[in-house]
Amino acid sequence: MRTLFKSALVVLTLALPLVMTAAQSPAVAAEKQSFRIAWSIYAGWMPWGYAADSGIMKKWADRYGISVEIVQINDYVESINQYTAGAFDGCVMTNMDALTIPAAGGVDSTALIAGDYSDGNDGVVLKDGKSLAEIKGQDVNLVELSVSHYLLARALDSAGLSERDIRVVNTADADIVSAFVSPDVTATVTWNPQLSEVRKAEGAALVFDSSRIPGEIIDLMVVNTETLKDNPSLGKALVGAWYETLALMRDAGPKGTEALTAMATAAGTDLEGYKAQLATTKMFYTPAEAVAFASSPELVKGMDLVRTFSFDHGLLGEGARTVDAVGIGFPGGTVLGDAGNVKLRFDADYMRMAQEGKL
Amino acid sequence: MRRIINLRPGRGGIVLWGALPFLAAGVAYALASSARLAANPNDKLLPQLESFAAAIGRLALNPDARTGDYLMWVDTLASLQRLGMGLGVATALALVLGLAIGLIPYVRAGLSPFVGVVSMIPPMAVLPVLFIVFGLDELSKVVLIVFGVAPFLVRDLALKVGDLPREQLIKAQTLGASTWQIVVRVVLPQMLPRLIDAVRLSLGPAWLFLISAEAIAATEGLGYRIFLVRRYMAMDVILPYVAWITLLAFLSDAGLRWVNARFFPWLKAGKGQS
Repeated sequence: MRTLFKSALVVLTLALPLVMTAAQSPAVAAEKQSFRIAWSIYAGWMPWGYAADSGIMKKWADRYGISVEIVQINDYVESINQYTAGAFDGCVMTNMDALTIPAAGGVDSTALIAGDYSDGNDGVVLKDGKSLAEIKGQDVNLVELSVSHYLLARALDSAGLSERDIRVVNTADADIVSAFVSPDVTATVTWNPQLSEVRKAEGAALVFDSSRIPGEIIDLMVVNTETLKDNPSLGKALVGAWYETLALMRDAGPKGTEALTAMATAAGTDLEGYKAQLATTKMFYTPAEAVAFASSPELVKGMDLVRTFSFDHGLLGEGARTVDAVGIGFPGGTVLGDAGNVKLRFDADYMRMAQEGKL
Repeated sequence: MRRIINLRPGRGGIVLWGALPFLAAGVAYALASSARLAANPNDKLLPQLESFAAAIGRLALNPDARTGDYLMWVDTLASLQRLGMGLGVATALALVLGLAIGLIPYVRAGLSPFVGVVSMIPPMAVLPVLFIVFGLDELSKVVLIVFGVAPFLVRDLALKVGDLPREQLIKAQTLGASTWQIVVRVVLPQMLPRLIDAVRLSLGPAWLFLISAEAIAATEGLGYRIFLVRRYMAMDVILPYVAWITLLAFLSDAGLRWVNARFFPWLKAGKGQS
């Protein structure tokens, strides 16, 4: 019996490190020196990769005496999950994913930078059919519960149809293009760069895109609210690096072309291809535009549509009995939903500092 | 001499020792979960055990609000159908091709290099081709399982047929048996239980291919659900589904082992049961 007890002790000791790592509490708030930010490939997020590679990020981090590591993650959802679990201090994501993954998971998150909104980067494509109404009765291949699904719901709404009129087939974003070549796939909803590939298929017609719902699919830099509160220099460094990079993108000279070409290569396309993707992305190149957007009543309206969709599809989690369960805060104090449980905050303060040149 | 290699646990000890890792894992999970939940009561990564029960209740015992289906059963049925068809076809292929390659020199000369090369193709790498050839529906999922599992089964069976003692085949011939009689009376009875053992070993890969196929394009299935709710990190659904898949795989393995013991008792007589 004594050996048994000893061995049991050994097993438990071995299990202990496992417990310790798993228990690592999410992003412990306190003043700290080094930060990790995750990003993934998408037209509107390429500046982050460039800011890291070109040293712009380091320059701004040094100015505030901190270090910021920008990490590229190949799987977009995985990057958000990692952020939600506490492995990163910030991550790029859309407004809908920010609401349904970290915010619904109780991680108080701040949308530090509104980078752009999709202005045609997401679209509904039919193989044989020239109008949206023809989608009725078809199987639609898309990434279920993503912004594509949201776009489809909005598209169906606009045509007087509902999700009951079609059948959603969950399809991985990496496989949408090859799936669309297969004969039994007739309709899809996807985003760039896959969208531009899918549109090239024979007989393919774009029947609805995000330019019809401007400002509803927003690309954000989201950071942990507590971390930001304890470390305002993180917010300043990120915002500073971001707008310096964006200014480079608009530079008509060789520096701008160099930056754009580097972003295009990183995105797996060429300069022309990247410019085409930017054309359907409404980038907020100046902090003034972003501040105006983040403070506009349109953002509140858009988020209301997004949270209603998310609630209807069960994305706010089991604890959510009503659409109001997770509160969303806006600049100026407006709150959608439960004001006692605000977990997603749109912020304009840091962008305003950039606008006023106070960084 | 009391050496550690000579100390054996008693009957109760075996149960206790077997249960210990499970208990340790459970305790580790509970501790880690409560630590994370103390920091954030809505934490999604390691939900408490009660939320598993709630999720199972929601998925298995209550009809879904949008479709009216009992999701967990619909998923299970869809997955088991695909798995059953895939493994069934792969086993049948293995039986026919494996026996022929192992036993008939001309077939071996013709097919053995081809099967050897095909078995080296990573199925996931040619997935886009499978989509285009077989479509995105059920067929491509079943084909992925067949493609992933069959070459292994064929080669394994061919090797085992090749390992049959020559004396047996010669003796059968001196007794006047035709090739067909040798196949049915000498080779098949020895090979069927070995094939079933090989199928048991390929259950793991078969599930892997099933889940991968369902992750890529599906409207129901255990893998589909896991990849769907991963979209909003619902570990309260994912972890019970993983446990359920593990249980199903364990039960099918146990079932096949039982089939072997019940219908092919000579395998056990011949060598130790694996």
